[in-house]
Amino acid sequence: MTCIIEVRGLRYRYPDGTQALDGVDFHLDAGECVALLGANGSGKTTFALHLNGLLLGEGSVEVCGARLDAATPPRVLAEVRAKVGLVFQDSDEQLFMPTVLEDVAFGPANLGLSPALAADRARAALAQVGMSGALQKAPYHLSSGEKRRVALAGVLAMQPEVLVLDEPTTSLDPPGQRDLTALLRQLPQAKLLVTHDAEFAGALATRAVFFERGRVAGQGTVAEMVTRFGWSRRPDFRG
Amino acid sequence: MHHVVLERWSRAASPLHARDARAKLAALLIFLVAVSTTPPRSQLAFAGYALMLAAAVLIARLPAAALLRRAGLVLPFSATFALITWWSGDPLRALSLAEKSFLSGLAVLLTMATTPLVQLVAALDAARVPGPLLLVIQFLYRYLFVVSEQAQHMRLAAQCRLGTVHRNAARFRAAGGAVGVLFARSWERADGIDRAMLARGFTGRFPASEPLRFGWRDGAFVCACMVVSLAVRLRV
Repeated sequence: MTCIIEVRGLRYRYPDGTQALDGVDFHLDAGECVALLGANGSGKTTFALHLNGLLLGEGSVEVCGARLDAATPPRVLAEVRAKVGLVFQDSDEQLFMPTVLEDVAFGPANLGLSPALAADRARAALAQVGMSGALQKAPYHLSSGEKRRVALAGVLAMQPEVLVLDEPTTSLDPPGQRDLTALLRQLPQAKLLVTHDAEFAGALATRAVFFERGRVAGQGTVAEMVTRFGWSRRPDFRG
Repeated sequence: MHHVVLERWSRAASPLHARDARAKLAALLIFLVAVSTTPPRSQLAFAGYALMLAAAVLIARLPAAALLRRAGLVLPFSATFALITWWSGDPLRALSLAEKSFLSGLAVLLTMATTPLVQLVAALDAARVPGPLLLVIQFLYRYLFVVSEQAQHMRLAAQCRLGTVHRNAARFRAAGGAVGVLFARSWERADGIDRAMLARGFTGRFPASEPLRFGWRDGAFVCACMVVSLAVRLRV
């Protein structure tokens, strides 16, 4: 398999002094689906932001053969952003255009496609996520589950090689989670799922990486990580 | 939500909505020049301008009362200057000041309510308005939505917890603190949006919209606006 993401010794400290990543090693092969598990604040989202060049830390990050650091030319950074589709945890942050169609066409248009071609790509991506009926709706009027689908369409419309999904099941009801799982299973791209949801991860991921205090604490199958780190599939409220 | 009203209006269909954004901008400019250069004594001219706008509202099939309410937001500002002018002994000039600002505000609002922002920006771009200024307009427009949304969430949360407090001092203190929190939260949200835009290849320039098309109807529309505005300005 071709390795499309290779990370070595990645460290990142936020301006307030918080050491979010402390020497992370990671690789992702083409077509692979990997789950990033770990507690809140363990560095999962910070790590995901590095894969798209939104954050640049110390260490080495290579995406599809391109090295990402402060010296990376803007043209290469744009190419990497076209290849790595990042779906944010909060869909509201991702939906900023006046209509759903314009929002989903935003990425393809930034790739240099003509407005008509970008709109075609957007329509196809919206059909893929089952949101063809919402083309002219304002994103603010959608439900949480619909926003999540449109945000995913916005990334799919760019036809990326890698999908990075940050907490994709947040605010989705059980049928919504089921639909999302089925949809993601059909997508041929390599996938990185940043999630707390072990059940969701277990349904899709072939490998899991467990984050703890900015470090990779363990790797293996989802079941192995769940057992090793006591990451219960469903919290037991019975006491 | 309240703040999407203008956006929704601009996406409706009417003969005025169908006009090219450049034609509407040109007509707006002509109208504003005519209104602003009308002398205070020509009160009939102001009535004529008001009739023009009323006709435009009818053609655009927009809710007149809601539009007037929003245009009225400029009045507290212009009323201050109008009152000063009134006290200085020139009531006619004071009246015309209020009329001019209200009519101008209504005309601008009407243009925005019949033209999606993307087209409006494309028209300004075609008119060689500097790129950074257009970028500021687009960000301001989007971030207004962000701030407004945050404010509405915070208002709801405050209502839930301040429901029994009627003392003005307590309410004022809470509102003062809320403004600071609103700014911080909006900043955080705007930062998130910026990241999301960068992640989808944003390079500092919004992608082009569908190409604008200026047809003979648009030309006729500009000519009609010019003729009527000049007729009202010069003959009344």
